[in-house]
Amino acid sequence: MSLARMELRATYAFVERNANLIKRYWGWEVAWIAYSVANSVAVVLIAKSANAAVGREAFDEAAVDRLVLFLAVGAVVWHYISVLFGTVSQMVAWERWEGTIEYTFMAPVRRLTQMVGTAIFSVLYGLVHTACIVAVIALVFGLELHGADLLAAGVVMLAGSLSLIGLGTMGAVLPLLYPERGEQMAWVVQAALVLVSGVYALPEQMPEPLRTLSAFSPATYLIQGMRDALLDGAGLGTLWPTVVGLFLAGLLLIPAGVWVFRQGERYAKRTGRLKRSG
Amino acid sequence: MAGGEHERSGTALARTNGSLALEVEGVSKFFGGRRWWPFGNGRPRRVVAVDRVSFTVPRGEIFGILGPNGTGKSTLIRLISTLLLPDEGRIRVFGLDVVRDEAKVKRHINRVSVEAAFFKKLSPMENLIYAARLYGLEGGYARRQIVRILESLGIEGRAIRAPMEDMSRGMQQKVAIARAFLTSPTLLLLDEPTTGLDPHSKRDVQEFVLRLREEHDTTVVLTTHDMVEAEELCDRVAIFDAGRIVALDAPARLKEEVSRQLGRPATLEDVFLALTGKPLEQPEEVFDE
Repeated sequence: MSLARMELRATYAFVERNANLIKRYWGWEVAWIAYSVANSVAVVLIAKSANAAVGREAFDEAAVDRLVLFLAVGAVVWHYISVLFGTVSQMVAWERWEGTIEYTFMAPVRRLTQMVGTAIFSVLYGLVHTACIVAVIALVFGLELHGADLLAAGVVMLAGSLSLIGLGTMGAVLPLLYPERGEQMAWVVQAALVLVSGVYALPEQMPEPLRTLSAFSPATYLIQGMRDALLDGAGLGTLWPTVVGLFLAGLLLIPAGVWVFRQGERYAKRTGRLKRSG
Repeated sequence: MAGGEHERSGTALARTNGSLALEVEGVSKFFGGRRWWPFGNGRPRRVVAVDRVSFTVPRGEIFGILGPNGTGKSTLIRLISTLLLPDEGRIRVFGLDVVRDEAKVKRHINRVSVEAAFFKKLSPMENLIYAARLYGLEGGYARRQIVRILESLGIEGRAIRAPMEDMSRGMQQKVAIARAFLTSPTLLLLDEPTTGLDPHSKRDVQEFVLRLREEHDTTVVLTTHDMVEAEELCDRVAIFDAGRIVALDAPARLKEEVSRQLGRPATLEDVFLALTGKPLEQPEEVFDE
């Protein structure tokens, strides 16, 4: 049997296993989607009460609609980033919690294969979650997307996913090295990433040092590209520098993430941290 | 007795045949003793978990490692299974170095530990198909094998597709053994696989281990503190104390030696007591294995 076929099977093992876990924990999935939808709708509702909040008719109807879309893109992308980064970065924490970490790390599987399998699942999972939120927001707010370039938005999202997978893989080293608090540390990193990336505010409007930090986050360009495509109808002809930049950042960050993770794994094996419990 | 005539002749023969399954040479493992953060109270205690251990296991042998909790047995198993890196010495599995040739070594080994490591919400089928794919098995073939192996262990029908959390510990451990069987390891590491099992489940697991050797020519390294199990299953046993091997030989020869000293027939329990000065059952772990 060829090595490539074995690696493909192993890649699929992670996708299938995670899908089975979702199926078995369906109650949590329903709760998580309901929470995410409620959260996103609550954010977008801010736009609807913008005039009431400032006490005068500061925004006309078109401006309110644009603000709805601006916040909706932010809410949806926030969720997508959270799911993608979270699923990849928590893969070790999940295994440690279930007690299978030693078994998976003892199996004849390259770490890159494990990352790819986890990443494929997390992209699919993130897209399904995001689609649910988009559907509810569109229904509640009657979103007008006539001028939007959905293809360009999708391409930007996928190109940006590569960087998030790389960063998530780096984040996964925290639960590996810190059995007790690594999971919480990864959550803090995730929160910081979303904060500095301008989900609900343009980076140029943010205070320092957030503004400077936002320039280093690939998620900043992902969100900006999504807004350009959905709010202003920018096509791939306009957005190609963003797509290429995100793609190149992904090409850099994925191997960097795997390298960081492998160093962490080596350290964990030296110090005995690769075990089921903290 | 440690590294005695029996050990040397077995090793020499296996080397000649090129059939050594496992070679452990001067292996040590330490934990703690370093502090990266400059603050705090004193220097952390350095624990020697495995202390210059050497032995070999010829292909097809069932090799027992006996000792109470906290003597480094599980650490040694983790070192062999590539989950820990040795600080000193080297370990070879079928001639492959566990550090340098890690990926190749992993294809030879599987491990069953005292706690069945599974996704408890998933069914035996879902857990085993995951394992099968990790080891490169094709889905359809793996599913047929899983049903066959589980049925031979008395796990049938709905139990194969029901969450594992609904199963008893004994049944879960049988699924763990089935997982090892499924991937056909040439070196199987059993880390107290029958601890806490009822006598019936214990007997099933032990019979399965013997079947693995018969049908797959599997070499087995078994850690236990069950002397009866060691006597029934193992061709040779190493007695572990404080991270070191204090004796290594066939159970009968170890008993013979101690019987001469005691002037009465000795049990393996007597052997352990005579060699270490301690009873085998010691509830507290000296360090976290």
